[in-house]
Amino acid sequence: MFQALGSRLQDVFGSLRREVRLTPETVERTLREIRLALLEADVNFKVVKAFIDRVRDRATERAVLDSLTPSQQVVAIVRDELLQLFGESRAGLSAAADRPQVVLLVGLQGSGKTTTTAKLGRWLSGQGRHPLLVSTDVRRPAAIEQLAVLARDAGLRIHEGDSGDPVRRAAAAVSEARQLGFDVLLVDTAGRLHLDEEMMREIVAIRDAVKPSDLLFVADAMTGQDAVRSAGEFNHRLGVTGVVLTKLDGDARGGAALSVVSVVGVPVTFAATGERMEDLEPFRPDRLVSRLLGMGDVLSLVERAEQAIAQDDAASMATRIRSNGLTLDDLKQQMRAVGRMGPLNQVLGMIPGLGSRIPEGEVDASVMTRMVAIIDSMTAQERRTPAVMNGSRRRRVARGSGTTVQDVNRLLRQFAEMRKMLKTVGGRSRRKGKRRRMALPTMQ
Amino acid sequence: MSIVGRLRDGLRRTARRWTSRLERLSGTSGSGDPSAETLEALEELLIEADVGVLTAGRIVARVGEDGAGDLRDRVKTEIRGVLAGVAALPVEVPSPRVVLVVGVNGTGKTTTVGKLAHRCRLDGRTPLICAADTFRAAAVEQIAVWAERASVDIVRAADGADPAAVVFDAISAARARGRDVVFVDTAGRLHTRADLMGELGKIRRVAGRAAAGAPHEVLLVVDASVGQNGISQARRFLETAGVTGIVLTKLDGTAKGGVAVAIAGELGVPIRYVGVGEGIDDLLPFSAGDYVDALFEKAW
Repeated sequence: MFQALGSRLQDVFGSLRREVRLTPETVERTLREIRLALLEADVNFKVVKAFIDRVRDRATERAVLDSLTPSQQVVAIVRDELLQLFGESRAGLSAAADRPQVVLLVGLQGSGKTTTTAKLGRWLSGQGRHPLLVSTDVRRPAAIEQLAVLARDAGLRIHEGDSGDPVRRAAAAVSEARQLGFDVLLVDTAGRLHLDEEMMREIVAIRDAVKPSDLLFVADAMTGQDAVRSAGEFNHRLGVTGVVLTKLDGDARGGAALSVVSVVGVPVTFAATGERMEDLEPFRPDRLVSRLLGMGDVLSLVERAEQAIAQDDAASMATRIRSNGLTLDDLKQQMRAVGRMGPLNQVLGMIPGLGSRIPEGEVDASVMTRMVAIIDSMTAQERRTPAVMNGSRRRRVARGSGTTVQDVNRLLRQFAEMRKMLKTVGGRSRRKGKRRRMALPTMQ
Repeated sequence: MSIVGRLRDGLRRTARRWTSRLERLSGTSGSGDPSAETLEALEELLIEADVGVLTAGRIVARVGEDGAGDLRDRVKTEIRGVLAGVAALPVEVPSPRVVLVVGVNGTGKTTTVGKLAHRCRLDGRTPLICAADTFRAAAVEQIAVWAERASVDIVRAADGADPAAVVFDAISAARARGRDVVFVDTAGRLHTRADLMGELGKIRRVAGRAAAGAPHEVLLVVDASVGQNGISQARRFLETAGVTGIVLTKLDGTAKGGVAVAIAGELGVPIRYVGVGEGIDDLLPFSAGDYVDALFEKAW
């Protein structure tokens, strides 16, 4: 996500870093490029103007220009101001004490409210909460059914209700949640234009009936300059508490998010990064800004890894590796785990310094699939002791996995290197009393 | 209400603020050569309409060059020029004519297919709807409701079925029942997903096997509120799906859909229809003149 904007900014800073001395002219040129990058990313033009002015004021101070590391200072200022734009971090839901805690999701047509409602339900049950879902979209054909199907697939409960009136449906869902002991109620609503007076009155009525603690505006990350106006109007009428940014898995530069936060003053609380039900996460602006500027996002990487790898699995694998050394079965298990962390280019984007260097579409997740296929084509003995892999076995495995002997050779070579590396690392960490949970397989 | 009237109605709210600012600009500069500030302000206006930095820059440069006439007229002429510069569609009509409707998630493909089929039937044609979005939950049910509203037959398959197979069945059914147009509603897909874009390629190939030259038209549905990402969408869909035209939806909001100007200018894909509301009649053929006139209408 935000990759394109990130690589633009990193290019700008790359050329800035090459400057030995900073003059007001170099700063001005850099600012022009940043302005262009932000405008192309759909950041609202007023926000861009104000942002550039602030950076210019701070960057052209004598103290900065005369410092020993002027270009680093400028990058630091930009980072600072970007964080400033995103405002305070308020990821996730509010800590309201009401039971059921009511969450109302609103937005324009097609922004992804229904999908987000189901994803949020899933996320909440992962947090140990008990969510009930209800659709109040009686306008769009099959919208209620869509939520029902998504909920069923995610193992979530919905309020059935036969009322054709959105306000009554919502109110009935609140009492059902209260009676049956659900602690969160997620209310999906029809998409509406902020100009549609009748529909805006309806959503105000729904809000007044369910008294939500969280009122989330669901916004498409690909939205252009109009984002500020629509989000502003929803906030004005309803009092939005957070923005959910959707469709971040495309190549949208997501500038609208920056604009909404800084103009409307509502924080982004969740980000949806894919079509799978798991692809929703609390939004952390500081991590995003680091990623934009090419500083990586190690925290998210660790979180994803922890979600993907069951703790006891990891512990037993670590013990086994320490006593017997790494086997090809362990390698396969690790690759599966990396696969569960999400699309490979997303995962790699979180590694410091790597983000902008991965050309879009060049990350080939099938490499891992092929490696798994090769391992699967080996016998149990071969997997335990790869040393027995002679020429004829290698040919057989290549045929069996639909790869070439070169692919098999490469895998075995990489495996041998990994094994050697792990031995040294494992020895060191034992002395320090630390346990290494996981090593990423290297790839060609 | 006339077509121009409806479009204007839809764009009225869109245009009011924009136009009055342009008016102020014209007022300060008078005729003759516009000042640098005026041009910069004009560039900002165009950027705010999502026209994009590149296209906005071009339009401003051209307006700045020839100093003759009222500033607003010159801007209108420039934008109309960008929109009119793209080729019109061939008129030859094979039967059944296969129209593929594609786009990213949530732009309004299903609604557009419903409206297109309705229009077509009113024109005395005999359309058939093909429900090829077998991915999104309840998408088939949604298009089925539209088919009923438009009194048009629908060919559908179970959720999770291969969309290309449904398309093949629909084209065969259209031929058997003597229908002259098939509108194919496809699943929303982000243009960056190579696998899903590949699926579109397969749908194209299979359609071509069911009817010579199919798909005859590929309409990319673009949400008017989309920003510069619209260009990226159009480029990728043009490459893999052979887009022949754009449907610009949700123009009844405050978004101006300026990215369509950039798409026309940079990629040469014409805008074919505009969506201006949720009703079944709220889809209009696009006219560059009307669009630009509506954007700049003085009377509002």
